[in-house]
Amino acid sequence: MLEVRGLTKSFGALRASDGIDFDVRERETHAVIGPNGAGKTTFISQLAGDLRPDAGRIVFGGEDVTALPAPRRARKGLARSFQITSVYNEFSALDNVALAVQARSGHSYRFWRDARRDPTLREPARLLLDEVGLGERANVVAANMSHGEHRQLEVAMALALEPRLLLLDEPMAGMGIEESQRMIGFIAGLKGRYSIVLVEHDMDAVFRLADRISVLVYGRMIATGEPQAIRANPEVRAAYLGEDA
Amino acid sequence: MVSFGHAAFLALGAYVVGILAFYGVTSGWLQWPIAIGACALLAAAIGAVSIRTSGVYFIMITLAFAQMLYYLGISLDVYGGDDGMRLKSRSTFSGLVDLSNAVSFYYVCLALMLLAIYLTYRIVNSRFGMVIRAAKSNEARSRAIGFSPYRYRLTAFVIAGAMCGLAGALYANHTNYITPGLASWVQSGDLMFMVILGGMASTAGPVLGAFALVIAEEILKGWTEHWQAILGPLLVLSVIFFKRGLAGLFERPHA
Repeated sequence: MLEVRGLTKSFGALRASDGIDFDVRERETHAVIGPNGAGKTTFISQLAGDLRPDAGRIVFGGEDVTALPAPRRARKGLARSFQITSVYNEFSALDNVALAVQARSGHSYRFWRDARRDPTLREPARLLLDEVGLGERANVVAANMSHGEHRQLEVAMALALEPRLLLLDEPMAGMGIEESQRMIGFIAGLKGRYSIVLVEHDMDAVFRLADRISVLVYGRMIATGEPQAIRANPEVRAAYLGEDA
Repeated sequence: MVSFGHAAFLALGAYVVGILAFYGVTSGWLQWPIAIGACALLAAAIGAVSIRTSGVYFIMITLAFAQMLYYLGISLDVYGGDDGMRLKSRSTFSGLVDLSNAVSFYYVCLALMLLAIYLTYRIVNSRFGMVIRAAKSNEARSRAIGFSPYRYRLTAFVIAGAMCGLAGALYANHTNYITPGLASWVQSGDLMFMVILGGMASTAGPVLGAFALVIAEEILKGWTEHWQAILGPLLVLSVIFFKRGLAGLFERPHA
């Protein structure tokens, strides 16, 4: 459903993406791993449409989206979460998710009705907060929530878009052990319902969640395959797993 | 985003009334909607260019547009040029209200102000308002969930311009005299001070700020002719001590 061919992006002399080929199958969880500075965030930003590639093609659901800006891609069903938490700090958790619900329910040139009393926005938002385990915290202002809760909130917002493909950029980043276990369990629950691209540092999470893994090193995908194959791949071990294991 | 060019719309609204009166069209039923419509169009044009920028650049570009209008006003000799023009007659409303009667004019203004506040309040809390506030809070997030902030911001800019046009029409009827100075940056500065003093993030703030600024001005004028020397530092102090403006004084702090 997602097909990337020859994706290339340079920042000055640095080739952050160097001819990347990458596929996501329907309802697959495809993890992208790689050492720091490998270009993982650059890669996912190009998928989401926040960065324009210098060369290459991104085809989503049979349609070339390479030139589409991020909002258009989001409306086509490509939802992302950010590595660095990005929520509406001044708004309550419920407002945050309700805004995402609103984003996918047509245009917002409606000037009269109070959006905060609109059950078609509030009800779905409430259900999503329950689903990610923030039901009790619905009316808390996002600025006052913990880091872990922000991550959960981001996922709820991504799900509110009823996406066809979820781009999760290090959803476990900065979480404590207990929180990340909960998040892993939650993503495991999403698996099979959505197509997911999971960029993650936490090897434990990646090997538990991924159907396939791609390894990104210095802007190049050096390997793609099932978790066992990746674990056994000598090139990958040398480049990456060796550091951790 | 903060616009430094809303004097342009104030001036255009006033000039529309003045110019129409000059050609004998004094009906407010015509004048005021045309003033509002002209300002909405001007806002669409200015906004289409300036909303692509943000922050200081947005302030500078809106300021530049207002100054353009200011010099246009100066160069229009037919309509008084630098000296401005006297309104031939106040707007008429088929005998319904007489704007030259100060009391009825006051009530018209009051009613329109309340209407504008109510409209703004509705808009701020509508879906549209939520999109605008969300884009201000976190633009990257807004783009990621599928809002293109540009069109929404442009619409907001047009609404603000149209409201300012009505204010201009009222202003012309109030002073009976229109000068290009209405479009100058000094005027925008006054508007900005009202907003900053009152509090930017609320509907009531700018209204409070407008009252406070004008009242402070009048009181200080009674004391000394060098009133600006006192008002200036007062404004600076208010910015330092009331970060959320006067309206912030009435808000409960965030839990």
